[in-house]
Amino acid sequence: MPQLPIPETAPISWYLTLSAILFALGVAGFLFRRNIITVFMSIELMLNAVNLSFVTFSYKLRQVDGHIFSFFVMVVAAAEAAVGLAIILTVFKNRQTLEIDEVSSLKN
Amino acid sequence: MDAILFLLFATIAVVCAVNLVLQKHPISSALSLVGVMGSLAVLYLLLGGEFIAMAQLIVYAGAIMVLFVFVIMLLNAGTEQRTKRHLWASYAGIPLIAASLGLGAYIIQRALPSTEGVKFGGFQGGGAYEIGKKLFEVYVLPFEVTSVLILVAIIGAIVLASKEVN
Repeated sequence: MPQLPIPETAPISWYLTLSAILFALGVAGFLFRRNIITVFMSIELMLNAVNLSFVTFSYKLRQVDGHIFSFFVMVVAAAEAAVGLAIILTVFKNRQTLEIDEVSSLKN
Repeated sequence: MDAILFLLFATIAVVCAVNLVLQKHPISSALSLVGVMGSLAVLYLLLGGEFIAMAQLIVYAGAIMVLFVFVIMLLNAGTEQRTKRHLWASYAGIPLIAASLGLGAYIIQRALPSTEGVKFGGFQGGGAYEIGKKLFEVYVLPFEVTSVLILVAIIGAIVLASKEVN
């Protein structure tokens, strides 16, 4: 049986690369999408990417602190989702739209 | 075996994230986000974070995504309209994104050339016992502050969502 070109275990740098790729995709969705709910989901994707970095460094340093940081990130994400979705509901009740380009009262 | 598991679930995560950005309908994006979170939970298990993996599944993929899907259904969100793109943006966009992602991955691999491999079971301190011990001894003040944060978020959400439109 021929030896596969991939190593036995995945290095730490692969995890960090995956985290960077997910964060970049989250930034792309945040910038290019026009639906306010999808923009919100892109923010959640970025928070998840950062959590993966925290847990990876926690493995690297053999300390549990990174897990606690990502736990706090989850708490903040839950609070943010509750408040943000309430704001989206209010915006939709007032304007009947979810397009971020049409909600531009704060612009100029 | 660990590398194969990593590659499998990393591929699922990246494909779901790309799908999240590309899909036009919010429901499709939400389901892709559930896929990302589920595969990330498996990666947390590989890294030895049992508690974080379960919290990811329950809090993120469970509670937060239910909230998202609920709001999408409630508002009856449809597909979003597309603006017309530049000609070069529609042709050069995807190759440029792939090139920049590849460049970023290359830089990270060059900066960390020979890091240790992640073995399943290589880090045992990620269980509920260790996290609880650390949380209530070292991080007790931030933990209490988060309870205030959650309370403020609950009150804010209720006030915002129950406001009458005149």
